Amino acid sequence: MSTLKLVVTAIDDSVDGIRTLTLTHPDGAPLPSFTPGSHIVVECGGPGRPANAYSLTGGGITPSAYVISVLRCGDGVADRPSGSQWIHNELATGDTVVTRPPRSAFAPVLRARRHLLVAAGIGVTPMVSHLRSARLWGRDARLLYIHREGRGAYVDTVRTLTDHASIHTRRGEFIAELTTALAEQPFGTHLYICGPASFIDFVTAAAADLGWPPSRIHLEHFGAVALDPGEPFAVQIVSTGEEFTVDSGVSLLESLESHGYDVPNLCRRGVCGECRIPVTRGGITHRDLYLSEAEKQAGDSLMPCVSRGFGETLELTL
Amino acid sequence: MLSAPDLIETFPFPFAADSYRYSTNVEPAGATVHTPAGRWGERVVDIDSEYEHELAERAAVLALDPTRYAVLPHMRPACWDTMLSLMREMASAYPETMSLQRHGAGWRWRNARLGVTQDFVIGDEATLPDVPLAYIAGQVQEDIVLLDQRDGDLFGDAGVVTFAADWSFGFDVGMTFLEIHGPVPRLRETGVITRAREFLMRLQPGETYRRTNWTMTIGRRLDVSTERYHEWGPDRTLIQTVSDEEFGRLVHLRVEVQHLIRLPESGAICFLIRTYMLPLADVAGIDPWRQRAATVMAELPDDMADYKGIIAYRDRAVRWLQNAG
Repeated sequence: MSTLKLVVTAIDDSVDGIRTLTLTHPDGAPLPSFTPGSHIVVECGGPGRPANAYSLTGGGITPSAYVISVLRCGDGVADRPSGSQWIHNELATGDTVVTRPPRSAFAPVLRARRHLLVAAGIGVTPMVSHLRSARLWGRDARLLYIHREGRGAYVDTVRTLTDHASIHTRRGEFIAELTTALAEQPFGTHLYICGPASFIDFVTAAAADLGWPPSRIHLEHFGAVALDPGEPFAVQIVSTGEEFTVDSGVSLLESLESHGYDVPNLCRRGVCGECRIPVTRGGITHRDLYLSEAEKQAGDSLMPCVSRGFGETLELTL
Repeated sequence: MLSAPDLIETFPFPFAADSYRYSTNVEPAGATVHTPAGRWGERVVDIDSEYEHELAERAAVLALDPTRYAVLPHMRPACWDTMLSLMREMASAYPETMSLQRHGAGWRWRNARLGVTQDFVIGDEATLPDVPLAYIAGQVQEDIVLLDQRDGDLFGDAGVVTFAADWSFGFDVGMTFLEIHGPVPRLRETGVITRAREFLMRLQPGETYRRTNWTMTIGRRLDVSTERYHEWGPDRTLIQTVSDEEFGRLVHLRVEVQHLIRLPESGAICFLIRTYMLPLADVAGIDPWRQRAATVMAELPDDMADYKGIIAYRDRAVRWLQNAG
């Protein structure tokens, strides 16, 4: 998986409990463009440590820097700090962090007549890039934002990006305006929600009550499109008897290749069908789009580029 | 040898085996493919000795029929995104003649092959001599289709297509990916096209994949669109009566190298279709190509040969290739 090594060039702690990082390429080179609502996954302190997703809040077209804002939260596990604690307590200007390239999972629907953005707390972060893009391309975007007193991230920024930002610190007033807003939007409006799970549930339910179809409601779900790295599992090759373990984060195909087995392949994404290999024993977690449901049920072959084994040793006819 | 040497050396011969069926034959872009005649595949935007000629051909087609260009209003950011992405691809592939640099608040594009230096500001159409999609289409040999992703589907909502192989972009604008491919036999039943759609919808920003497709065309005619069927359709009958020498000169193996790019800023998918053509006389000049092409065409099921519009002269093409050895 490709990664970016970025340097922390600025840290802003001006909002209590929220640390904003400016990350740049070590050579000052421009960074990959990203779609509004995109996030990057930051490795918080090296291998085996948490990897957290944070929304990009800066400009999206070949930017000179990525900007993320991190809310301090969570308790560490077994004396290890959480990812956000590591960023708040240990990270300093000049440090290098490893991130994955931007991923898009909360993009604006470009054909929408209007974009209604509803955010709570740090959930405002993906809305910032939505608003930047809306301003550049002349889309009608409106923000409803609630935050705790004194904890308002990006308040000044969003006010410069849109004339339609309504920012609250009192729950009752926010809910009153939200309810009115949800009832009054023109047909063709799309709704985007980001915040704590209970907030997302509340706004989604309020919208559903007012007749919003699910296809017009978009929620921020970090990492939903990426395949998870999976658990380690053991494989045995029938022809040679060789046994080895496929580590988490490594595909079976990569593992076979590194052990000297040539498997024809093309897409390495579970769609083309080229790398299919027969299985004689063992449980399979199918994650491809190629095999039919019946073929997956049969359990006698798998696509090693994405699919994995579980339980007893996976026996492969190679 | 009828074609310029570079057209043979860089020809993306499409047959990897002795039979051909539709498959979701996508692979990451950029890998070099070595062939018995040379190689292809290093570049996403490929420029060859036909560059100026094909750009003039595109301009002529567009002048006659403006429906070959269409952009639905919501695709404006995707058009700018496409222009910038293709400029970036060209600048990295041809650094001696092409460059893209930030220039103050805007950008400077240089295409020395066409003598172009252009300053522009993203989002400001007035800074370009033409709208961005048309502007960049005037500098690449590729046809361009832009797919918008929404409601769990893909829609062909913008593009410039002047070299369509027996289809009509103007007719297809606004259709879903599955509707556009509706006429192709076997695609739905085999799951090839739904798998391709799922794959495309999961492409992440900046990722680029490619695939090839092929057919045959009479004459080196790039624009075999439905709109001009009355001009080229009769050739399929006439070709059966020409001499063997003329048959080998006129019948072309037509290969599309299609690139699929997830545009990073708009989130749309840019679908590039680059058409390469080689007369059978030149295909036969490379013996492994001659044999493989003859075998594949002989084995091709009738419904596929019919859809590709080659069924009337497919048998003769097979015999011609077999006898050319």
